[in-house]
Amino acid sequence: MTEHHLAQLNVARLREPLDAPSMAEFLALFEPVNALADSAPGFVWRLTDGDADDATTIRPYGDDVIINMSVWESREALWNFTYRSGHLDVLRRRREWFLRMAEPSIVMWWVPAGRIPSVEEARDRLERVRREGPGPEAFTFREVYDPAGVTVEI
Amino acid sequence: MDDVDAIAALQDPVRRRLYDYVAAQDHEVGRAEAADAAGVQRTLAAFHLDRLTEAGLLDAVFRRPAGRSGPGAGRPAKLYRRSAAERVVSVPPRDYRVPAELLAEVVEEAGGEEILERLARRRGRSAGVAAAGEAGPRADEGLEDEGMAAALRARGYEPYRDGTDLRLRNCPFHALAVEFPPVVCGMNLALLEGLIEGLGTTGVAARMDPRPGECCVVLVSKNNES
Repeated sequence: MTEHHLAQLNVARLREPLDAPSMAEFLALFEPVNALADSAPGFVWRLTDGDADDATTIRPYGDDVIINMSVWESREALWNFTYRSGHLDVLRRRREWFLRMAEPSIVMWWVPAGRIPSVEEARDRLERVRREGPGPEAFTFREVYDPAGVTVEI
Repeated sequence: MDDVDAIAALQDPVRRRLYDYVAAQDHEVGRAEAADAAGVQRTLAAFHLDRLTEAGLLDAVFRRPAGRSGPGAGRPAKLYRRSAAERVVSVPPRDYRVPAELLAEVVEEAGGEEILERLARRRGRSAGVAAAGEAGPRADEGLEDEGMAAALRARGYEPYRDGTDLRLRNCPFHALAVEFPPVVCGMNLALLEGLIEGLGTTGVAARMDPRPGECCVVLVSKNNES
């Protein structure tokens, strides 16, 4: 139906390796929260490493940074999953498991519906938002653009 | 219409009853239902509902009754729901939104969530203790606790029963929560945990369970928890 889908990449710096006891609670949340995403209205795709059902082995930013990447039908769909589902409680507790990053750790951009973006493309978008701030090609929830490049009032 | 005019539209007692009723419902309300609830004639209710819509306090939508479509289904009914727009009036002019946003941003940048939650829990607790004093001795310490419901209503949460849980229809911190969800929702959870603790409603626990369009917290009976 829609011509564009919203892709997002977010990165998080681990306090300790994923197999550390302090990360056990976070690891236990992986399966239910991934299942929540997969069944969320407007969910299109999320990155997995092929072996497991998650992307934790994909570490383009170094050993201590995990990434997740997904595609959604709309901003509302991504928003409702991120902040209006069980996922919010994981975000609320993020300091228990992740170190704060000085640079932006999330980026979103529009892709033609049906095209799955590559990790390389996602890295370019995050790099852009870090370098230039939010714009039509790479933005954040704070400053959203529509596919035509117009700022969206939320 | 500016904020003062919009709020002044609520001065009429019938209009106020209609607004309160529509705002409290979990569905869009038709004229007949609103008229019954306010105890007035339908035509009078329709007049006031439209005035409330003009004032931007309600939104009007046209819909066919559920389950009917196609020819012969009748005209779509005019239904009303509370507008999402916020109206604020302060005399003399005050602006707490800008500092609130800046302070929330500081908490996020500095990673101060833990401190915020500790302070929010403390604040909730003293509010709860004060509210418990006003409510007097209460027999029920579960979700039926009327003292707890009153304290929640007084803070704008609009509690309602949903199966075995007590859900909160309204987020009193909505605009700020949309800007800084983890910070503000975490604060809200801590406030409510403190409030319940201060009230002494021992059979109830606050849990984060957000849904689109509602408060992020649900109150559950501790007996039902697995």
